[in-house]
Amino acid sequence: MIAVGIDVGGKNAHVIILKGGEILAKGEAAMGIHKAEEAEHLYDETLKKAGMKREDVGSVIATGSAGKRVSFADSVIPDAAADARGVNRLIPSARTVIDVGAEEGRAIKVSPKGRVLDFAVNEKCAAGTGTFVETMARALEITVEEMAKLSLTSNQSIPMNAQCAVFGESEVVSLIHQKIAKQDIAKAVHDAIAGRIASVARVVGLEQDVVMIGGVAKNDGFVDALKKEIDMDLIVPEDPEYMGALGSADMAAAGV
Amino acid sequence: MVEEAKKEFWRWPEGTWVNPHINWKQGKIITSGVDVGSVSSQGVVLVDGELYSFGSTRTGFDSPDSARKALNIALEQTDVTEENLDYCIGTGYGRVNVPMAQRTITEIACHARGAHFMYGPAVRTIMDMGGQDCKAINCDEKGKVLNFMMNDKCAAGTGRGMEVFADLIQVPVWEIGPRSFQIDEEPEMISSTCVVFAKSEVLGLLEQGVPENQVMASYCAAMAHRIMALLHRLGVQEKFVITGGIAKNEGVVKRLEKELGIKTAEKVWYKPEYKDYPFDTQIAGAVGAALFAHAMVSKGKVKSVRKT
Repeated sequence: MIAVGIDVGGKNAHVIILKGGEILAKGEAAMGIHKAEEAEHLYDETLKKAGMKREDVGSVIATGSAGKRVSFADSVIPDAAADARGVNRLIPSARTVIDVGAEEGRAIKVSPKGRVLDFAVNEKCAAGTGTFVETMARALEITVEEMAKLSLTSNQSIPMNAQCAVFGESEVVSLIHQKIAKQDIAKAVHDAIAGRIASVARVVGLEQDVVMIGGVAKNDGFVDALKKEIDMDLIVPEDPEYMGALGSADMAAAGV
Repeated sequence: MVEEAKKEFWRWPEGTWVNPHINWKQGKIITSGVDVGSVSSQGVVLVDGELYSFGSTRTGFDSPDSARKALNIALEQTDVTEENLDYCIGTGYGRVNVPMAQRTITEIACHARGAHFMYGPAVRTIMDMGGQDCKAINCDEKGKVLNFMMNDKCAAGTGRGMEVFADLIQVPVWEIGPRSFQIDEEPEMISSTCVVFAKSEVLGLLEQGVPENQVMASYCAAMAHRIMALLHRLGVQEKFVITGGIAKNEGVVKRLEKELGIKTAEKVWYKPEYKDYPFDTQIAGAVGAALFAHAMVSKGKVKSVRKT
């Protein structure tokens, strides 16, 4: 059977199409204001890539902060459930999942079967989300990718006073004026957000293996900062931003 | 090629004022207060404890420069120089970097003292809405601080949040208050607390074709609601006043009054002879600092540093 998982988040959407439990196709698109239409478009594009039509699909499960706006989904599941399932499929030893997306940061305690035992989330504040990193990269006039690489070359620890992304931006600008090197500022930003995420993760408790997913997991500079902050190893799966979609698709395939 | 200057919608009017009824040369004690905030800086000069002049400007990257600029604006239309000042007190976020100040006092004490002078001794609760923080202060009949609560961690509910909004919606910041009432029906408030997320929410509303004025109403209502939380924890007593830049935004103030069920005191000087003087809520901190300076010099607690 063909099963589809779609994860519509604050800034991006991801789709995974499974055939007999194997990944047939995947797709990703940036989300604007009209998320419902944009998700439809992404779905059709990904189906086309897989050489499928909507009629061929047995079940669709949606997740993500805008998951409820996916009109073609048979059901909608919470992000934490999708994340836990997706990670469990690839890394069954995972007991803690840290998911940092564009507008949310969450930590999930996962059972050996991939069920959610407990979770904590920050969705109220941009500090501790991908948006924070993007905002600071913009202030530094570099891309997020460049910032990730740069920060790894710094061995300075400059504490950021600001928690708020708005104040953080002014702080970064004033650090630039103080002629602090870009790589040191980049590291300061990653350290700051790592501190925020770690405090969310400590709410559920950190137990190994710890797996880091979401778009921000692709930022090596941040992953390094978080490793140091929690003093534990972090596993980042391939395509960490697809874990929600993968978990949803896996559940759709299992007929959950 | 001349590049057109980017329009700065957040930029609020800066200015100065000099009291025409005072001849400073006849005064005994001349004191000043300089309030270097995170967003704006003010300088106030008092002659024998009476308001002589003030100036307000935007804080730059460098606190000492901003302090000097604020005092210079207060002095520029007078023939008073820094050497004529008996004592100067620095306050505000950048108070440790006020080069001409002999002493610093926290902005909380200064705002209470300034509000007490401006609005009168009946003031009990002061909401100081600054650029990067907001403070709810309870004080006694002498303007002494009894208790306070503050938010300096989050831009929601601060002047900076309003500036970000003004820039986003491309409406001058002082027009937001009046325009937020040009609506048919009070809309729901912006649901995001975080300014960054509120920006996306605002863009979404505009994209959906919601009229600009209505979006301004939603944003002002959200800001008022945010401030409420702080006031509730502290407890509000009348007379209730708002100082700082947001006090000038009636879109926020009127919605806050409605939600609280308490009116803010009218923006008129307590001293009847001051009634024609401009009432600027942003100078309260600097007024308080200058008053502290006057009290210290007149009571002989500190020595005058006046050179000429």
